[in-house]
Amino acid sequence: MQRGTMGAEDPLLRVEGVGKAYFSNRVLKNVNFTLGKGRILGLVGENGAGKSTLMNILFGMRVIQETGGYEGKILIDGQEVHFRSPMDALKAGIGMVHQEFSLIPGFTVAENIVLNRETLVYNPLVEAFGDRLTTLDRKNMSQRADEAIARLNIELDSSTPISELPVGYKQFTEIAREIDKKGTRLLVLDEPTAVLTETEADILLDSMRRLASQGISIIFISHRLQEVMSVCDDIVILRDGEVVLQTTPAETSVRQIASAMVGRKIEKNEGAGEERALSGETAMEISHLWVDMPGETVRDVSLSVREGEILGIGGMAGQGKLGIANGIMGLHPAGGNVTFHGKNVELNNPSSPLSLGISAVSEDRRGVGLLLEESIAWNIVFTSLQMQGRFLKRVGPLKLRDEEAIAECARSYIRDLEIKCTGEKQHVQELSGGNQQKVCLAKAFETRPQLLFVAEPTRGIDVGAKKVVLDTLKRYNREHGMTVVVISSELEELRSVCDRIAIIDKGAVAGILPASTPSEAFGYLLMGAGSDEAEKAASDNSNATEAARA
Amino acid sequence: MKSSSGGNAVKLFCVRNAVPIVFLLVSAVGIYYSQFTAEYLIQEMLTRLARNSFLVLSLLIPIMAGMGLNFGMVLGAMAGQIGLIFISDWNISGLYGMTLAALIATPLAILFGWMCGVVLNKARGREMVTSYILGFFMNGVYQLVVLYGFGSLVPILNPELVLSRGYGIRNVTNLDNIRGTLDNAIPLDIMGIHIPLATFLLIGVFCLFIIWFRRTKLGQDMRATGQDLSVAHSAGIPVMRTRIISIVISTVLAAYGQIIFLQNVGTLNTYNSHEQAGVFAIASLLVGGATVARASILNVFTGVLLFHLMFVVSPMAGKYLVGDAQIGEYFRVFVCYAIISLALVLHAWRRHADRERARAALRGNAGGAA
Repeated sequence: MQRGTMGAEDPLLRVEGVGKAYFSNRVLKNVNFTLGKGRILGLVGENGAGKSTLMNILFGMRVIQETGGYEGKILIDGQEVHFRSPMDALKAGIGMVHQEFSLIPGFTVAENIVLNRETLVYNPLVEAFGDRLTTLDRKNMSQRADEAIARLNIELDSSTPISELPVGYKQFTEIAREIDKKGTRLLVLDEPTAVLTETEADILLDSMRRLASQGISIIFISHRLQEVMSVCDDIVILRDGEVVLQTTPAETSVRQIASAMVGRKIEKNEGAGEERALSGETAMEISHLWVDMPGETVRDVSLSVREGEILGIGGMAGQGKLGIANGIMGLHPAGGNVTFHGKNVELNNPSSPLSLGISAVSEDRRGVGLLLEESIAWNIVFTSLQMQGRFLKRVGPLKLRDEEAIAECARSYIRDLEIKCTGEKQHVQELSGGNQQKVCLAKAFETRPQLLFVAEPTRGIDVGAKKVVLDTLKRYNREHGMTVVVISSELEELRSVCDRIAIIDKGAVAGILPASTPSEAFGYLLMGAGSDEAEKAASDNSNATEAARA
Repeated sequence: MKSSSGGNAVKLFCVRNAVPIVFLLVSAVGIYYSQFTAEYLIQEMLTRLARNSFLVLSLLIPIMAGMGLNFGMVLGAMAGQIGLIFISDWNISGLYGMTLAALIATPLAILFGWMCGVVLNKARGREMVTSYILGFFMNGVYQLVVLYGFGSLVPILNPELVLSRGYGIRNVTNLDNIRGTLDNAIPLDIMGIHIPLATFLLIGVFCLFIIWFRRTKLGQDMRATGQDLSVAHSAGIPVMRTRIISIVISTVLAAYGQIIFLQNVGTLNTYNSHEQAGVFAIASLLVGGATVARASILNVFTGVLLFHLMFVVSPMAGKYLVGDAQIGEYFRVFVCYAIISLALVLHAWRRHADRERARAALRGNAGGAA
């Protein structure tokens, strides 16, 4: 399936049999593709599909060498290269624009474009004090900036300070910087449209086409399939570290890419939870929630959680799904309206949701979830004791901890959740990730919540523990009628436990579908293809699907 | 949010310049009650501008590099004083003496500045409090050296400088040999007012240096480092080195500033002169409307003028108003620290407000609804 400029000329970039394992954990295997001069290659895959590792290899990032290098070959102009640092990659003409901006806010666009590559003029003081006392040639600097901006074909005044620019133009400034670098031939754009409005994204796509026509090759990493379809010449889809599909927009459809991306050869509804008749009452009503959680900004989420259900919240990393629970629990600045059983949940005040019977298991279990240097027992009862005044006994005027009741409670959870430990007095930091997660769950269960948020419950834990964790959630939901909101990047995991799944994209709800909907439909939502497409896919593929957009 | 753009320009100006405006008002009242003549005040202001501006200007470069107010400038002042002690001992007078003092002070100041810079690099984000405490610590070292080392380890020839016990420098060192040397180098009197022209020329050269410095690669790197350390670092700018250089430059200039200051005063309080140099210079700069993150040459001169205007008028105003000059005396010291506290609080508050604004931009539609 090798396409592109396969003439007598060598392609700009050829990746041959590249693989990478971090110790025993294989993240990439046998990746092959080529990228010709002036072509745009779309690199598509879920989180953890191996995109970042591939780019790290291409850029000679230190983490790759430190963990034993990589397999296979990378050829530029037909010559094998071994980049030992990002500087080597830069010299070879590879530029990268990261998701986080690296711009100086108080500098002008021009100053940022030529940052640390300013045009300098000699003066006699240099002889005495060294090169850094050369003066700047501002005229030439803004000229260079204007040239780079002109190559992008956008409207941007190079004398504007960065801090006054909208987000999209910051992105352009970064790209212009790469273009201003001499000999940039290959540009890697990592999710450049994630932060852009639609018009800005359109301008960016135009600029990319223009750059390609000037002979610059581009690797475009994106999960927005329509953008990939519209701008790319070649598309490479990675899943679990392997190239699962290599194609061109003419030969494929959004649907084909979506199913290739989420794929796993669909384990025949084995995952999807059974359909249940629920009371349909609303437990929690979230309207216009925004949360300022760094890296997981929630912009405008409106959502209702039904009484007794397990609601899944999925989405790509950085789109805001984790922010929802953290915002409601008062851990990050938030605004909007949240009610629980008709009562207002006060935002920015962690004790308000707790006192209303809402608990959460944090995705950051070692940082927020646990007191690592304390015992299992103390971890489990900590919140109940502090917030609800339980596990206390009265001795005269004093309230003392009821150690016997605490130990008894801990032991019952250790039995119930199969926590592997030496006893309830063992320190939590000595436990494995999966068992720590079980302690987190026990701690949340012990507050006897009516609604429980669980964020990334299976991240970094082994398969056996995963099953126990998910089964426990299901059991508590069924037996105690506890409403559960599971937030996870693993779509299949959500499909296996949830009743409904909401997908978060760009900090807002892209769509809500029943868990029994084929994963392809979720793929559309994940990739920002719009809820109409997703619904179509859902109804086309599954006769069991109800029209279920909330 | 849109409504706050129109008629609020004046308000914004007042908020931004709240400190200088308050000082102007207080001073105006003070001038009225102090009953000073215009000639007297103009003479005083010219003298004080010449005396203090150089010290205050030395603070600008670390602010540019994002290291805040360099309380560590007292280290430079100490270096300058050590230079002055030597020339007094060797009895070298006039401009030669000043130049020699500066030459002696330079390597010392570079050493102190480099040390200070290295320490501050390890205390990123807490530069101001660290440099303040570092000043106290070095004060101890200075006392040890001057009180015990001079006259014993370091030979001092002139017995008048040395304490009667045989080693250590006396509390007050007379600087007769260079008193007013620079101020009177180019004599100029207009309407009976003496103008220290040579000092002003030197200050002018210094200002030109700062303006030029901003245009150098090093200056640009400092601005970049000051605004975003990690971005500057990832662009390949040697940020740690740049920060050290900024402190070294500031310390060296503070040493020269202290020499100019003391040639005007004419006596060196061996163990006290440097102590107040830092706090007064910083207060002056802040009174001029500078902030912890932003300061200009205009802020320096406005600040020196306003701060010292209040300094001059407040004791007399106090005397005529309340019948006690002590009140004014007390007032000016108290105000000095109040200004620094206020500037630090304003800085924190402004940073918070900036973050709020950045956050608001992320809110999408929900922000409008809320």
